[in-house]
Amino acid sequence: MRPFVLDRVRRWLAVLGRLGQLLGDVVRGFKDTDVWPRLTLVQMRRIGVDSLPIALFIATFTGIVLALQASYTFTGAVPLYFVGTAVGKSIMLELGPVLTGIALAGRVGANIAAELGTMRVTEQVDALETLAYDPISYLVVPRVTAATLMFPVVVACAMATGVLSGLVAAVNMLDLTTVEFVRGLRLFYHAKDIWFGLLKGTSFGFAIALIGCARGLSVRQGAEEVGRATTQAVVLGAQVILVLDAFWAVVLL
Amino acid sequence: MIVFRDVHKGFGEKRVLEGFSLEIPHGETTVVVGYTGSGKSVALKLIVGLLEPDFGAVEVDDVVVHELDRPGLTALRARIGFVFQFAALFDSMTVAENLALGLRRQGLGAAAITERTQEALSLVGLAGSEERFPAELSGGMRKRVGIARAIALRPRYILYDEPTTGLDPDTAAVIDQLMIRTRETYGVTSVVVTHDMRSAFAVGDRVAMLYRGAVREVGSVAQIRGSHDPVVRQFIEGRPEAAEEAERAAGAVL
Repeated sequence: MRPFVLDRVRRWLAVLGRLGQLLGDVVRGFKDTDVWPRLTLVQMRRIGVDSLPIALFIATFTGIVLALQASYTFTGAVPLYFVGTAVGKSIMLELGPVLTGIALAGRVGANIAAELGTMRVTEQVDALETLAYDPISYLVVPRVTAATLMFPVVVACAMATGVLSGLVAAVNMLDLTTVEFVRGLRLFYHAKDIWFGLLKGTSFGFAIALIGCARGLSVRQGAEEVGRATTQAVVLGAQVILVLDAFWAVVLL
Repeated sequence: MIVFRDVHKGFGEKRVLEGFSLEIPHGETTVVVGYTGSGKSVALKLIVGLLEPDFGAVEVDDVVVHELDRPGLTALRARIGFVFQFAALFDSMTVAENLALGLRRQGLGAAAITERTQEALSLVGLAGSEERFPAELSGGMRKRVGIARAIALRPRYILYDEPTTGLDPDTAAVIDQLMIRTRETYGVTSVVVTHDMRSAFAVGDRVAMLYRGAVREVGSVAQIRGSHDPVVRQFIEGRPEAAEEAERAAGAVL
């Protein structure tokens, strides 16, 4: 048992070491301002705008389910307008950022790892270097910057959609009016609820892109390794999201 | 001039280059031949700093490549064109964009980039293919675009990694002619790694045989053609049993 645990710890430390090294390279890569700003705009569309449909889809159904479950829990014990409180708090503080983050760890993290891994296997990364480009400035910095900037935007849209779908569900499926739902929503509302969720989204975006890039660029040869790197990017991305989620809760709440 | 000085390079337990030394004179085409997995491509990647030697050094124009910092490496790479074995074209870009990428890095304006792109594509016989994507091209065409991408940079050196591998004889001959024309037109120093002896004899001024991590024999095309070294002979003639005989003979002597 102990060797297994030690082995796991060693592997985690190795992964963290590689991520730290890549982070240092990313900081260095920011100096090449001829390269990354133009490419970042392209990635902002691919990572941010193109991710909106899946994020909003998840948020819509999460809002509906939250409203119905809150109603089921509160009926007979707690005034029903607290459904608005439960939906708002849950979506803004936790489910909006975390569910969006996990969904995008699959969509964005896997996409980055597969794309960069394939570029590595087909020597396109080497070709970039021979054309005097730094792959970090050309490939990693735009993706990490775009994800860091666009994840909070996607999370904000998901939060709004989740609350709105909760409201629609409450009004149409429960014995609740819009005024009552909004009353509940505002009852324990703090501005911190919003920026806390957005801050988490920002950190998730940064982590998912960095992990996707690290796994993709670690590929050396073959389709099998690309597949493995893609899976690892998703699994590790999801794990890091949950760790970051707990970290922010401990530090900021 | 490119110089390999006692270069050693391995990957894990596998030793690829062991005491590899070779001088590549200016203005000539030097062909490095050897078996698959003998370290020919590794040698090319050492020249542009894609890999670092474990021991020894590679010098380009009297500069030790692995001692260069990133700006130095960028400056070095601007003088070297690299043609990859499978072309390594950026599949999300058109042919023109593939060629323009390196030119943009050199600071050229849009008009100059268009002019260079068209000139390079004309030289490789692909004028009019600017807007096509790599997936729409045949293997031979992709290799020609790879060569055009290197030529467009007007480099001092061009490195060709297995340029004729996987091509039919006619297309391989076209690529050979293209390499010769490139040298004649631009006067570049070329390094070609290949196991295709027909191609090596067609394009090379000098041929070096890489065997077990080191140069087994180096000389003009005529010298290599007339070599009495059994390992070189069997490689040229494609007779594996000759190498085994040579191994046995060497073992008997030892």
